[in-house]
Amino acid sequence: MGRFLVRRLAALVPTLFLVSILIFGLQQLLPGDPAIAMAGEERDPAAIAYLRAKFHLDDPVPVRYGYWLRGVLHGDLGDSVRIQKPVTELIAEKLPVTIELAALAMAIAAVIGIGAGVLSAALRDTKWDYAANLFALWGLSTPNFWLGILMILLFSVKLGWLPATGYVSPWEDLRANLATMIMPAFVLGNAIAAVLMRHTRSAMLQVLSSDYIRTARAKGLASRRVLLRHALRNALIPIITLGALEFGTLLSGAVLTEQVFSIPGFGKLIVDAVFNRDYSVVQGVVLFTATMYILLNLLADVAYFLVNPRMRT
Amino acid sequence: MAAAFDPTQDPAPAQRADRRAWRRLAARPRAVFGLAVIALFVLAALLAPWISPQDPLATSWSAVRKAPSLAHWFGTDEIGRDVLSRVIWGARASLLAGVVSVSISLAIGVPVGLAAGYVGGWLDMLVSRIVDAMLACPFLILAIALAAFLGPSLTNAMVAIGVAATPVFIRLTRGQVMAVKVEDYVTAARAIGNSNLRIALAHILPNIVAPLIVQATLAIAAAVIAEASLSFLGLGQQPPAPSWGSMLNTAKNYVENAPWMAIWPGAAIFLLVLSFNLVGDGLRDALDPRHT
Repeated sequence: MGRFLVRRLAALVPTLFLVSILIFGLQQLLPGDPAIAMAGEERDPAAIAYLRAKFHLDDPVPVRYGYWLRGVLHGDLGDSVRIQKPVTELIAEKLPVTIELAALAMAIAAVIGIGAGVLSAALRDTKWDYAANLFALWGLSTPNFWLGILMILLFSVKLGWLPATGYVSPWEDLRANLATMIMPAFVLGNAIAAVLMRHTRSAMLQVLSSDYIRTARAKGLASRRVLLRHALRNALIPIITLGALEFGTLLSGAVLTEQVFSIPGFGKLIVDAVFNRDYSVVQGVVLFTATMYILLNLLADVAYFLVNPRMRT
Repeated sequence: MAAAFDPTQDPAPAQRADRRAWRRLAARPRAVFGLAVIALFVLAALLAPWISPQDPLATSWSAVRKAPSLAHWFGTDEIGRDVLSRVIWGARASLLAGVVSVSISLAIGVPVGLAAGYVGGWLDMLVSRIVDAMLACPFLILAIALAAFLGPSLTNAMVAIGVAATPVFIRLTRGQVMAVKVEDYVTAARAIGNSNLRIALAHILPNIVAPLIVQATLAIAAAVIAEASLSFLGLGQQPPAPSWGSMLNTAKNYVENAPWMAIWPGAAIFLLVLSFNLVGDGLRDALDPRHT
């Protein structure tokens, strides 16, 4: 285990280094003088001079990268030009909201996706199987911002059951928090449920054709018990690992979902930053997201290693 | 000089395999449905100037947010523009974004993946690390960041989506090349003195086309959604030019009193993406050698 972890951690270093170059390189895409672009519409000469000095824009690109990387390694992702706050502080403020949304979405996706996948595999080539496959196709093809608008139309405008937009902290009022989060979480979980359904179906079909399942059935165990205790338990290993890789989909989806439902989370932070030309925030958010994604991949690998004895031999 | 005999060049089996794959695809009703819907959207996009009932940019203050009627089948928007005409014209932006973005991904991804997989060694290592780094940034977030730095426009959105989707094609091509380059026919091609470039282009590339076609079809679906997402966020097609994503962006402010503004452009995105997914799934099954 120790050697595996060291090897995986060592492989992270060049990836993270290249991610940092990629994200730093985004700044080079700005047309013209970055200081003028970052200074906004007013083009105040003092602001331009300040930005030029702050980002070392008169130095060569590799030197600027060095300064930027040194800051990043010290936990300094720069400051928001508009809000005048460190980017790390902004991320720390917004992240819990998105984590809550992502966790709820993942829970909804797991219940629907794994449930539909098990049903589809157990009742292969029946109308339930076709229905589950149709559901997966629906999930993969529906733009989540459209689904969000349709849900607002139905549950907020027509039925008046749920608030259309807004956010209430769970520490303030848990009930109101769930009322504001349930629609966005469903919208965000919808596409992931479809992916999980497909993974679960194929993993279950593979497991259901194995010898030990035949043995369990031959022993006379109830088919429900065989399905849930014997088959699903083993099929869950790759599903959980693949589920962890859906983190990227969750964050990408959160950008749009938070926009539709006006949730002040991580996604809204990046969109607002884009429109305010707050490039340090954009860079910081992308860097943070990529690092989280890489670390989650590592965790998924470690989890797979721990639960799969064959990898240890 | 007469052309040298090349035992690895026999077009007949390849053509037969193509015909078999087409027959298998045509036998799948879902894939045929998908193809038919895509064909309809392509026709609508091409014939937009002739078939759209009104000018998609023409505003009418006497017809603001009118519900669907005989005069406006899909209703009108917040400044009286005909929603049906805008949906028809919007097909252009979506299809263009899907095809151009994936072409960019293919144009960069296939040669780079081919070189990395075939040459191996340090080149493969470097390319793989860059691909890992790009894949670490979630697709849409990378596309948003690229579009933000490049500036909001449909062209930049297509470039951003194309670049963000490239690592998937590099990885797929590389993996396929590594599997194919150890096949006997590649060894035979090398033994008769073919150059590396010729082996890569004439012997390996044609044999990895099937998974690339499947991936490209599914990637068009993803690119259509990505373009709609960027336009929804204001980073794609700029108003007043019609695009399904930007139509939805405006429509979300009028859900209460003009829901038709949101229903039709969203339904168009859904139908087009669903069709590409159906064709992609059908192609995957039809081109899978295990089905022969």
